[in-house]
Amino acid sequence: MAKRQSIYFYNKPVISGSYSIVGPKEGQGPFGQYFDFVMENDLFGEKTYEKAERKMIEHVIKGAIKKSKVGADNINLILSGDLLNQIISSSYAARQFSIPYLGLFGACSTMAETLAVGAMLIDGGFFNNVVCSTASHFSTAERQFRFPLELGNQRVPTSQWTVTGAGACVLSKEGTGPRITMATFGKVVDYNIRDVNNMGAAMAPAAADTILTHFKDTKRTPDYYDLIVTGDLGKLGSEILLDLLEEKGLNLGTNYMDCGHVYFSRKQDTMCGGSGCGCSASILNSFIIGKLNKKEINKVLFLPTGALMSTTASQQGDSIPGICHAVVIENID
Amino acid sequence: MEYFLTYLWVFLVGGAVCMIGQILIITTKITSARILVTFVLVGVLLEACTIFEPIASVAKAGITVPIIGFGASLARGAIGAVRATGLIGAFTGGLQATAGGIAAAVGFAFLFGLIFKARTK
Amino acid sequence: MNAKERDLAYNKYVEARIPKTKAWPSLFNSFWVGGVICMIGQGASDLLLYCFPGMAEQTASTYASIFLIFLASLLTGIGVYDKIGKFAGGGSIVPITGFSNSIASPSVEFKNEGIIFGMCVKMFTIAGPVIVTGIVASILVGLIYLFV
Repeated sequence: MAKRQSIYFYNKPVISGSYSIVGPKEGQGPFGQYFDFVMENDLFGEKTYEKAERKMIEHVIKGAIKKSKVGADNINLILSGDLLNQIISSSYAARQFSIPYLGLFGACSTMAETLAVGAMLIDGGFFNNVVCSTASHFSTAERQFRFPLELGNQRVPTSQWTVTGAGACVLSKEGTGPRITMATFGKVVDYNIRDVNNMGAAMAPAAADTILTHFKDTKRTPDYYDLIVTGDLGKLGSEILLDLLEEKGLNLGTNYMDCGHVYFSRKQDTMCGGSGCGCSASILNSFIIGKLNKKEINKVLFLPTGALMSTTASQQGDSIPGICHAVVIENID
Repeated sequence: MEYFLTYLWVFLVGGAVCMIGQILIITTKITSARILVTFVLVGVLLEACTIFEPIASVAKAGITVPIIGFGASLARGAIGAVRATGLIGAFTGGLQATAGGIAAAVGFAFLFGLIFKARTK
Repeated sequence: MNAKERDLAYNKYVEARIPKTKAWPSLFNSFWVGGVICMIGQGASDLLLYCFPGMAEQTASTYASIFLIFLASLLTGIGVYDKIGKFAGGGSIVPITGFSNSIASPSVEFKNEGIIFGMCVKMFTIAGPVIVTGIVASILVGLIYLFV
C-alpha cells in the first residue's frame, strides 16, 4: 500500500452539537462572547484545579450531547484527552458517564486527533454517535510543566499562556450540520528545539509538514478553504510557520489564523498568546462551528499542533517533538 | 548625614547586585533556581577570598540581604568553626551560621502553606 | 542538507526571530526594587540596634533577615510576591526574600497533595539546590581553611 497520510470519509460524519467552556480570563478575551459558558471562578466550585479541569470536561460533554439532541442514551463512545499525566482529567470525567471511553493523547493537537478517530469510527459503521472532547487548565499545566503559581519570576517573551478551557462536540452518522470530510494525519517532526518556553517554534515544523502534505495529497490550494486554522503556535510560532511554508512556495493567504495568537488581547499580557488543548478546542467548538452552522464560512481546515514532550524528557536534555493533525470540516448539504 | 550615606550605599550596592541578576536572567534565560545557586556560590567564594568583609563594611545590607550574604555566612561559619574546633567545624560551621535564615524560611513557608492557597493569575 | 544541518539552521533562524524586549525598563526596575529591599533590611537592623542598644550587630542582622523572610513568605501566601517578581525580576529574586519566596510558593501550591508528600517534599524543589550547593561549598571552604 502506498504511503498515505490523508484519508477521505465516505459516510461523512456530522457535527451535530458542540459546546465550549472557558475560564474568567479567557472570557474577557476577544472571543469571550462566543463561548457557551464562562466560569466565574476557575476552581469551578471544586477543591483543586485538577478536579476543576475534569469537571470542565464533564460539563462540555454534557453540553455537547444536549445541543446535539441525539439523546445521552444514543451516545456510543467518548473520545477524550488532556495534558495531565495519564490524561486523568478525561478518564475521571468519563467515569461519570456509563458510556465506553477511549483516552487519546496528542498534547495540544488532541481535538483534531479525537475528531479524526471519531470520524473514522463512524464512517466505518461501528458507531452512530461519538463525543470528542479535550481540555486544559492554566493552573494545572503550570504546576505540572513549569513553576509554582506564586513564584515571583518573569515570563519570557516567547512563552505562551495555557488556556483554561474545554470543548466537546458530538459526531453523528446522521443529522444536519457541518461534516468532517477528510483528515490528514501528521508525522512526529522534531527540529531539535529544546527551549520549553518556545513551544511555537518547536511545533511549527510539524504544522508545516502536515500542511504541505495535505495540499500535496489533496491537490488543493489554500484558497479552497474559507478558514485555515492552527491551534496554539502563538504569535512567534505562526510567523515561523508562514516563513517555513513560504520557503516551500506555499502562501496560506488571508484566511489563515492561529487560535493561540488571537486568543487573548494585547493588554492581557500573555506574551506569544494562548496554548493548551483547550485553546483550539474552545475556539473550534464555539466560534468556528458557530460560523459553519450559520454558513458564514463553509470550508475549514483545522490543524491543531501538539508538543509531545514531558518534563522528564526535557530535564534529560531531549528536544521537543511536534505533531499536527489536520481535519477538514465542510458544509456540503 | 552618616545614615544617609549608609543607606545610599545599601541602595546602590543592593540594587546593582540585583540588576546583575536581572542581566543574567535576560541574557542567559536561566531560571530563578540557577540564579540563586549562582549568587550563593559567589557569596561563598567572596568570603573564602576574604573580599566579602571589606565590601560589607561599606555596603552593609546592600550585600548581606542579597543571597550572596547567605553564601558568605555559610563560608564564614565554616571557616570560623574550623579555626575554633578543627575538622568538625567544616561540617558544623556553615549551617550553624545560617540556621536562623533557613529555619525561618522553612517555618514561615510551612505556616503560610497551611493557611493560604495558590491562586490563578 | 542532512537532518543535523537542518536543525542547526532552524535553531539559528528561530533565535533570530525571537522578539527582542527592551532590557532597560526591567534592569531599572530590578535595580530600584532590589535596592529598596536591601534598605528595608538595613532599616530593620538599625531599628533593632536603636531599640536594644546592647544587641550584637550580628544578631540584629540575623533578625533583619528573619523579618524579610517572614515578609516575603506572607506576601507569597497572599499572592502579592509573584506580582512584585513579575515587575522586578532579579530585584526580588536575588535578595533573601527571593529565597523565601522559592520555599513558600511550592509550599502554598502543593498543599492539595498532602502535608507530607505535597508541602514538605515540594518545598525544596527550587530552594533545594541553593541549600545543597551552599552547604557543599561551605564544607569545601572549611576543609581548605583547615589545611592552609
